[in-house]
Parts: sequence; C-alpha cells; structure tokens
Amino acid sequence: MKVLMLGWELPPHNSGGLGVACYQLCKTLSKKDVDLEFVLPYTADHKIDFMRINSAHPQDVETVLKAGIAYDSFKYIKKTGEVTWVDLFGQSAIYEKAVERIVEYTEYDVIHAHDWLTFRAALRAKQKTNAPLVLHVHSVESDRAGMEKGGNPMVREIEYTSMMLADQVIAVSNHTKKAIIREYAIPADKIIVVHNSLDTLDVQPLDPDNTYNYLSKMKSQGYKVIVNVGRLTVQKGLPNLLRAAKEVVARAPKTLFLIVGSGEQERELLLQAAELGISRNVIFTGFLRGKKWRDAFAIGDLFVMPSVSEPFGLTPLEAIGYGTPVLISKQSGVSEVIKNCLKVDFWDTDEMANQMTAVVQNDGLRDALHQNSLHEYHQLSWNDAADKLVALYKHHLAVATV
Amino acid sequence: MSQKAIVLYMHVHQPFRVRHYTIFDAANNHDYFEASHDSRTSNEKILHKVAEKSYIPTNKKLLELLERHPEFKLSLSITGTVLEQFERYAPHVLQSFQELTATGRVEIVGETYHHSLAFFYSLAEFEVQVDMHREIVQRLFGQTPQVFRNTELSYNNDLAYWADRAGYKGILTEGWDPILDWRSPNFVYRPTYTNNIRLLMKNYRLSDDIAFRFGDRDWQGWPLTADKFAHWLNESGDATNFNLFMDYETFGEHQWAESGIFDFLGDLPGQWLGSGDHTFMTVSETIDSFDAVGRIDVPETITWADNERDLSAWLGNPMQQQAVQALYSLQDPIIKSHDLALIEDWRKLQTSDHLYYMCTKWFNDGDIHAYFSPYETPYEAFTNFMNAWHDLRFRLADKGLIV
Repeated sequence: MKVLMLGWELPPHNSGGLGVACYQLCKTLSKKDVDLEFVLPYTADHKIDFMRINSAHPQDVETVLKAGIAYDSFKYIKKTGEVTWVDLFGQSAIYEKAVERIVEYTEYDVIHAHDWLTFRAALRAKQKTNAPLVLHVHSVESDRAGMEKGGNPMVREIEYTSMMLADQVIAVSNHTKKAIIREYAIPADKIIVVHNSLDTLDVQPLDPDNTYNYLSKMKSQGYKVIVNVGRLTVQKGLPNLLRAAKEVVARAPKTLFLIVGSGEQERELLLQAAELGISRNVIFTGFLRGKKWRDAFAIGDLFVMPSVSEPFGLTPLEAIGYGTPVLISKQSGVSEVIKNCLKVDFWDTDEMANQMTAVVQNDGLRDALHQNSLHEYHQLSWNDAADKLVALYKHHLAVATV
Repeated sequence: MSQKAIVLYMHVHQPFRVRHYTIFDAANNHDYFEASHDSRTSNEKILHKVAEKSYIPTNKKLLELLERHPEFKLSLSITGTVLEQFERYAPHVLQSFQELTATGRVEIVGETYHHSLAFFYSLAEFEVQVDMHREIVQRLFGQTPQVFRNTELSYNNDLAYWADRAGYKGILTEGWDPILDWRSPNFVYRPTYTNNIRLLMKNYRLSDDIAFRFGDRDWQGWPLTADKFAHWLNESGDATNFNLFMDYETFGEHQWAESGIFDFLGDLPGQWLGSGDHTFMTVSETIDSFDAVGRIDVPETITWADNERDLSAWLGNPMQQQAVQALYSLQDPIIKSHDLALIEDWRKLQTSDHLYYMCTKWFNDGDIHAYFSPYETPYEAFTNFMNAWHDLRFRLADKGLIV
C-alpha cells in the first residue's frame, strides 16, 4: 500500500511535537507493510531509511531552509545563488504546487496530511488523483490562538473546508475531536481519535552528569525545582503558572521554577515574574536543544504543563521518561492517556498552586507519582495507533474501489 | 559688580558590564565581567574606544587650557570602577588625569567607589564604598575629597545631613525648578537641617546646552560657539557661580569631535576670562568664596536624569526593583563571608548602570538609554544580571553561608 504523507517538519528540524509524532508514527507504519513517501516544505538530510523523503519546492530553487522556530518564514536559495524569503502562507502555496507536480508522476493509494499547512496541498492531490484523503489533526487554530473560535480566519477557513471535504479526519485526542466539532461542526462520525504516543526507544538517554550545576547545588540545600518546557506562547498558559508560582513561593520559598523555551510571550513573562515579585525564584533559559533541553526535564522535582488547550502534549511523557512526575492541565490530550499524574484545570491557579506545593513539600508524593507514571511510560507504543491507521487505510481503499 | 565664576564639574565613569552570562555559567564560572574581546559587553574594548574618542583628546585639551590660562580650574569626579579599569587596561589614560590634578587646579569630588545606589538601601555599605573611593583618590591623586556627589547627583535632605556629619564642606545636585522655585541655581545654597555644608546646584539649561544640545542642528542655539555661550552667561543677570555640571564623556563621546565640541571647550576659557570680572573656580573654592543665599529643602529624592529628575530610570520597573532587592538581600552573608573576591563582585553588581540597562521607559524609542546600553534589550540585561545573582547565591551556599 502506497501512502503519500504530507507534513511540515521532521526531527531534527522540528520546532515541537508535530515533527516527532509524524516521525514515530511513520516509522511504526513502515513496519506494517506501508510504503511511505513523506513530503516536506524544506530541504535537509534527515538520515531516515524507512521511507522516502521528498522536498516540495519550485524547480529553480536549490535549497529551502527553515528559519528559527515554529511558524517562521522560509529562506530560499535559488540555483542562481539568489536568496529570498517566503512567509508561511506563501510557503503553503508553494508546497501545494509542488505536491500537485509530485502526484502527476506517481500513483498513491491514500493521501495522509498532517495539520493545516499541508491541507491545501492535500485537497489539490485528492482533486488530481481522487485517492482517499485522511486529514490528521494535531492541533486546530483555536488551540494555537488559546481562545475558542479564535485565531486567523484564513487558517480557520482552510481547516474548515479541508475537513469538510476529507474522507476521514483523525484527531490526536478526544479533546481535539471535541474542538473540531465545536469549531467547525464537522460530523462526529467522520472523526476518529488516534492518540499520539511515544517511542521510548527513540528517546535520547540522559548523561550521568546534569548540566544544571546551580540547580543541583540549590537542591542539595533543600530547594525544589519545578520545570516547564515549551514555546512561550499564549496556548501554553504560562501566565497562570506564574500566578500559581507566586502562591507556591509564599508557602514554600525554597521552590525554583525553570522555564525553558522561547516565544512571543518571553518578555511579557519576564516582566510578569518581576511584577509578582518572584524573579529570584523563576529562571528563564531561552530556547534550548540537546543535552541542556533533556537535562531540564531531569533536574525537576515536578514538570508542569499548564496549557490552555493542548491537542496532545508530548513533553509530560518525556518528563516522566527523564525521571520527573508531572502536573498537566485537564485541557490536554495527554491527560486522556496517562493516569498517574496530577491534573488541574488550566484556569484554576489556586488548585495548581495547591498541587505544586504538595509535591515540593512531600518527597513521598513526588516519588510515588513518578514510580507509577514510569510504569505507564514503559507501556507506551505507537503500535495501536499504527494498527488503527492501517485498518482505516484498508477500509477507505475498499470503499474507493467499489 | 562682583566676581562671577564658571564652576565646571565633569563626571568620569565606566561600569563593569556583565557579559552574556547564562544559568549554565552559574555555579561554574564567576567571571561575570569578563566578556570576550569581540563582544559588545567587553569592558576593555569599550574603555579603549571611549579613551580614543574622549579621555585622551579631552585631557590633552584641558591640560593645554590649564597651561595657557592660570585662572582656568575645574572639578572632576572619577568613580572607583573606572579608575580600576584605567589601571588595568589604560594606564596612560590614568596618567593623563594625574597630569591634570598635578597642576593643583583640578579638584576631585568624592562619591561611592562603585557608582551605586547604596545610600538608598544600606547606609553601612554606602559608607564603605565612600571610604573606598576616598582611599583610591588619595592613592592615585594625593587629594582628599572635600565635596560630595552621590550617584547620578541623587540627593535628598537625608543625604545632605549625612554629608554634613561626615565633614564635607559641600554637596552637589540638580538645580531642579520645582525645588528652586523662583530662585536661581547660580548661587551657593545651604541644605535645610544642616549646619556647615553648602549646596551647589547644576544650572541644567546652560549645562545641557553643551552636554545634550550642542550637536543638534535643529536647536535654535546651533551652532554654539564659546563667544555666544559666554554672551549668554553675561546676559544671565545676578549670579555668583554658573554650575556647569556634566558627564565628562560629553566631550568626544556624546558630542563627537566632528561637532566642534573640542574647539568650543578650547575657546571657552579665553572668551569668558577676556571680559568683565570673570574667573573659574573649583567646587570647594566656590563654597569658600560665596555666602549661601538661602536654604534648600528636598524631602524627596531628585537626580539629574531625564525629564522626571528622579530614580525611575534605575528603579522604575519591576525588573529593576526585583534586581536591586535581590542584590541587597545578600548583604549580610556576603559581608560575613570575608571572601574579598565575592564581596567585590557583589559590589560591582551594585553599579547603577546595570539597573539603567534594564530601563524600559523609552525602550521602543531607541533613545539615549538604548544608545548607552551594550545589550539588545532591557530583558537581556535583566537575565544576565539575575544569572550572576544566582551565582552569588551559589557561592554563598557553597560556603554554607545561606541555605
């Protein structure tokens, strides 16, 4: 079975969970006799052997580079050596054209597209080939905007139209399925939930020495560390975490908060911490990769993901794997998957503070939470998700050939 | 008509800027002030740049003037942090200042060694820094300061009271209109609640004509010549002393050589001394020569900075308040550590410039504050500073001095 996968990023050039989820899902699918071709909007060597990688860019262009993080612009280096920059919508349109060309030369049984940036291309491919179209929704615009019915109307239009026209919509959680229905009134029976997972073999192990010497020292003096890792953007709910942090520090002054990541809220959050009078307790590291990123999970006594709306949320699973129990918002997909963790409504800062204080004041609670969540962690696998997808592909193929 | 004096007082200062210092440096490296030479925060590089543009040509000009005009005199305040940098990076610049004071007509004004706001947070720490400054001035210039100025000419009744008790004969501050009301800054005053000390207040209009407006082609006074400026002084009516107080770096750094600022400086003494009963005086001499004409009451702190003339450029936003509170919260264990390197690093972080770099008042305008900052943003300045603060805390914890 030949599947055309349309995606926006893959590790190590990913800005977040989308790339990781696509990579691990495809890897598992490839072991189930699915022949995959993955189209990316940029040029790079991914060192991937289980599927073909194709870069979608115009013929006169030599290289397309992703700039910065998340939803930034793209740098085009033409064969003439000329350099130009293209914004996200421009890139999405270029991607659509390139995919249109790709489907002219090869036949595919199924088209499977991940998130709105590829949806126009996916519709074009379906129009050209009439192959079944599966749209995989890792997040909707209202998640990213941090507000119901919010976000960019052009993006909303693309999401709405594509999902209406698709043969199948996959949501990464019930939380996301509800959001799709709420935002776009897509018929519920067209949406199947396939939870994300984590390939624990894919997780880079920790080194024996943690790079946060300062925090290690303070921990030896009785301090506790609460960690958040993610983009500093409205969707992630960090202002609520800081408000709760003030309450924790008032009761447990030896609590330090480590905030890892960058984003448009960075300055606002720095100022907010100062206004709350907790600058001594809140450390902002900026954007990190590699060892410093992994060690941030490990140095924590508790990992907190306070997202306003998190379609799935991979970081809590990574935190557990790196030895840290988690507190996650109930408005997250991952909270449907993991049982041994603390859960709180993203807006309930009192309860968030209450639970954080309980953990930093009680090592027994911390250790029990982690031990039990680690057991769940070791059960994680993409197998079920891949099986569901294969069945789905077969079903649509059968329908299409009737 | 009685004698009139120009009281030229210039302030020389450079901070030890904090390098790009991350949380991963904390607990590993304590070299907060040692940026690589190609970095914007390299203190050595900045000192050499300012020396080339300002210190060397200005001192050359001042020495010429002292040699040419026996009546030419001036006063300088030079912070401990800049003297330390001269000794380390540019001994020839230090020597050029020593040549000025060797004429006997250049007075050094006392202040805190670290150009800090310690007076407002810890009197004990403040007094140590004033002592340290007195000692370095004695060692390098053979003078003992008789007149005091606090960082950024910050001033209030409490400071005057302290300086009076400490034995200073004079103190300097801004001649700010709400304080002076109908009175002129061109006289000697007495701070309220004091017995012996006298107060000299900056004539900010005349001073800023030189320091801020000199090179501004849109200013109606442009181009400013020494002739024109001396004429303005003559027109100023009843006066004994024209207090021209400014940053030393006005000459060559804030106003570039191309603006003609050095020609102005070179011509001013001749133009002023050439007519009437005119002279130059140092700050001490001014206080000795003229009686106080009235009492000045300053219950709230004033400074010579910005339109607000307050400390809001240093303490106006929550980041600045958090930073300064964090720093002084470590005073007891730092002093108890008896670790001289640790204590000195803590003191160097007290330099007010660190707080100034965190100012967000006009961040978006890219104005004077941005021009003087070696950081991209106030947030970056804050993060570097707080990471250094975390390292101070680590060093204390490492000694078992705090838990």
